[in-house]
This record gives sequence, structure tokens and C-alpha cells, in this order.
Amino acid sequence: MLDLKEKLAHGMFLFCACICIICVALICIFLFANGIPAIKEIGLFDFLFGVNWAPLDEEFGIFPMIIGSIYVTAGAIFFGVIFGVLCAIFLSKFCPLYLNKILNPIIHLMAGIPSIVYGFFGLVVIVPLVQYYFGTSGKGILSASLLLGIMILPTIISISKTAIDSVPTNYYEGALALGITHERSVFFILLPAAKSGILTSIILGIGRAIGETMAVVMIAGNQAIIPQSILDGTRTLTANIVLEMGYATDLHRNALLGTAVVLFVFILMINISFSLICRRKS
Amino acid sequence: MKMHKDTLSLFLLFCTYSAIFIVVCIFTILIGYILFKGIPALQWQNFSPTYNSVNVSMLPAIINTIFIVFASLLLSTPIGVFGAIYLVEYAKKNSKFLMLINLMTETLSGIPSIVFGLFGYLLFVVFFGFGYSFFSGVLTLSIMILPLIIKTTQEALMSVPVGYKEGSFALGIGKLKTIFYIILPSSLSGIISGIILSTGRIIGESAALIYTSGTLAQIFQSGFDSGRSLSVHMYALLSEGLYINQAYGAASILLVVVILLNLLSTLSIKYFTKGRTCKS
Repeated sequence: MLDLKEKLAHGMFLFCACICIICVALICIFLFANGIPAIKEIGLFDFLFGVNWAPLDEEFGIFPMIIGSIYVTAGAIFFGVIFGVLCAIFLSKFCPLYLNKILNPIIHLMAGIPSIVYGFFGLVVIVPLVQYYFGTSGKGILSASLLLGIMILPTIISISKTAIDSVPTNYYEGALALGITHERSVFFILLPAAKSGILTSIILGIGRAIGETMAVVMIAGNQAIIPQSILDGTRTLTANIVLEMGYATDLHRNALLGTAVVLFVFILMINISFSLICRRKS
Repeated sequence: MKMHKDTLSLFLLFCTYSAIFIVVCIFTILIGYILFKGIPALQWQNFSPTYNSVNVSMLPAIINTIFIVFASLLLSTPIGVFGAIYLVEYAKKNSKFLMLINLMTETLSGIPSIVFGLFGYLLFVVFFGFGYSFFSGVLTLSIMILPLIIKTTQEALMSVPVGYKEGSFALGIGKLKTIFYIILPSSLSGIISGIILSTGRIIGESAALIYTSGTLAQIFQSGFDSGRSLSVHMYALLSEGLYINQAYGAASILLVVVILLNLLSTLSIKYFTKGRTCKS
């Protein structure tokens, strides 16, 4: 009797553990089954590399959106990594204990702020600033990159900090013994030693930035053209979906699902490279 | 002994200090600005029981958010906790299966919320025919927070000292009882902080809810009714463009809730760890 109970529980636990696999499989099946036919109908090449997005004329090229996503993400990584890694270094090696007790909860809190609130902040603070200093509409790659850079900071800071913390202390002590200053040994000895962890944080940041939707929609400008400068408006893959999914029908709707498939494939590639790096590390 | 610092060292020192200073400044501006503009914007009419274009009440959205949080947690917590129990207590270390589940959990946690939204739309709204409804939204969100709950529970379970388990086994207590009476209670703080984190995630979610539970500004009457959460409410206000003050109000409420949840999670960890050290 008791044995049966244990077996039942074992089965139930196993089933619950499998639900994750089932969910990922379901997401793949439903997304691909609905998106791939549209991509086929439009033509893979025309879909991925077409530069015109004109649903009314049945033209569905998402190349501008792919470029837009890449630009915005690159900008976010530029700002996010510089500030994030410097902050991680500070928190790990320069920060007095009492300050750590204040700053750590702040980083935690930053990660918890909803993206819609970040987007709103971008709309009422960053956009007017860019507008004022550059004389454009204010919505564009620069604003979106700045905001996304802020949004990925908690991810980059916490993972980089863990990486720097986990470098063996004798590296640092050895450097000090050779007469190098604290700052130099942190930057030139500890930082290179922690680079795989920092790379992991960058990859996760890229995933976060590519997938971000609500904040970007509000401040990226959303023009479906290939941007010419950093101040131009742009539309990302995620924004394309949110902007038009509400009223799209037929092929248009399926083309948007196709956009989601492309986004999903991007994310899967990022995830796989992430786990490959993690595996190599261990 | 104070070491003499050269120019490069001073420059590097300056960089780190200014980076942390700028980040803390941005964060303070973010919180301060929204609360400063948002709290005065809150008026009693924003909390009337029905929504219309005159009062733009957020009360229905708040009530909906509470419903969604409870239902999603109710669905996701047992599955997540049980799954984590399997991974930590039953699965063989370094087995292919364990690796596969870990990979899938990571994948699931990396999927953007807009993809969850479309998936929920395709599966629950269209395929199962639930329509834009409470059920569609809750089911989608439960899948979304599942990896978070599994991960935090897994870590909490792994941090339970092996001695607890061995002691229980030595007394001849079965595996199932050991799990429920020894291991789960002592990893409660981790599990609860995971649940609190998930709550924050659900409250902040908008992209996944727009296409699953819809944007109708009313309190859910039944499981098949459409309704908006507070984040979706804020998005709707912003896309209409007329109610910027009300958006400030909604944003400040969201911020205050997130800050409170963060405090709660820290406190719960402190409370439970203190209890444990006293007992032992």
C-alpha cells in the first residue's frame, strides 16, 4: 500500500517535470504550424529579405524589422555592457559592505519593474531629452537603445558580479604581490578571468533586448523602413507583431505569426549558444 | 600601507565610481519622477467600481490583476514545485533526461512574452475556443512563470543540508514523507520568494495578456469573460493618448506594488532563515 503511494507520487512528480518539455513542444508546434505556411506562401527569401512591408499591397518583407531589432539590440548591449560590467566590478571589488546592503536590493528592484513602466519612463523622460538635444521627434534607435540598455542592466550586473566573485582570490593576491595596484589587478587580471561569465550575461542581455516589446513599441518610432541614422525611427520584430496583430486578418495575420517564428528562431539560437557556453565552462 | 596610484588606476577608479553613480541616478530619477507625478494624479474617481471615459477607473483592472495572480499561482506552483522535487530528489544526476528538462526550462524562461502571447492566442483563444478570456490569460501566464518557480524551488531544495534527509531516512521514514515533512518545510523560504517573484512578473506582464485575456475594461464575470489587468490597462491608456495623468497614476501603483513585493520577499527570506537557525 505504502509502496503504491510512493510509486504514484513518483509518477506525478515525473509528469510535472515533463510539463516544461510539453510546453516548449506545444509552443514550437503551434507557432510553426501557423507561421510556416505564410512564410511559404510569401516565399522565404521575399519574407526575410524583402524591404517593403505593405500589408495592403500584400507585400510582406520583414528585413527592415530584422535590421531594426539588430540595431536596437546592439545599441542596448553597448550601453548596458559598459555600465553593467563597471557596476558589477564596483559591487564586487570596490564597494564597502554598508553600501552593498543598499545597492543589492536596488539592482533586484530594477529587475522587477514592469516593462510597461520602463516604456512609460522612456516616453516621458528619454524621448523629450533626445528631442531637445538632437532636434528630432525623439523617438528612434537612440532612445530605444538607451532604454533597453537600462532594462538589461540588472541581468548584466548580477551575472557579471557572480562571475567576478567566483574568480579564485589567489589570482588577485598574486597580482598584488607583484606590486600592481588594486584597480589594475581587478581590471587586467580578474576581468579577463571572468570573461566567460560576462559573455553569458551579454548573451542573456541580447535575448532580453530582442524579446522586449512593450517598452520598445512606445519609443522606437515604429517606421517600417531601414533606418539611415541612429536618430531615425525604427520598428523591431516584436513591435511589428504588437502594432498590427489587433486588426490583421488572413495572410497579414499569418505573416505576423511568421514574424514571431523568426523572432522565436533568433531566441532559440541565442539560448542554444548560451547553454553551449555554460557547458564548455563546466 | 597606502599604495601610490598611477594615472591609469585613478582613471579606472573614476570609471567604476561614475558608472555606479549614473546607474543609481537613473534609477532614482525613474522611481522619483513616476511617483512624484503619479501619486498626486490619483483621485477617488480613478477607483470607482466601473470604468467609463469620464472616470477612467483602474479599480476593475486592479481586481482583475488580483484574480489573475491567484489563479496563475494556484495552477503553476504545485506543478513547478513537484517538477523541481522530481529533478532534485528523483532524477539521476548527470542523466540525459535531467539535462533535457534543464535545457527546456532555460528555453522556456528565455522566450519573450510576446511569443507567449501569440502562443496563448493560437492555443487557448483559437484552438480550444476559449476566446479572449480569463482562462486563456491565466493558462498562458502559468506556463510563463513555470520556469521561474521550478528554478527557485530547485535551488531551495538543493540548499537543504543532506543531513536532514539522511536523519529522516535513518529513522525509517519513507521518501515521500521525508520530502513533505522534512525537505519542503526547510526550503520554504526559497519557494516563497520564488512565488513572490512570480507575482511581480504576473503583475508587470502586458504583452502576453493583450492577446489572451483581451483589453475589455470590466471585472471578470465568469472564466470566459475578457478583462484587462493593470499593466494592460496602462498600455491601453497610453495607446489612446488621452489619459497621460491616469497613466502616471497606474504606473505609480505598479511601482509601489513591485517595491512592496521586493520588500516582502527579502523579509520572508530573513524570517524563515532566522526560524531555522533558532530551531537547529
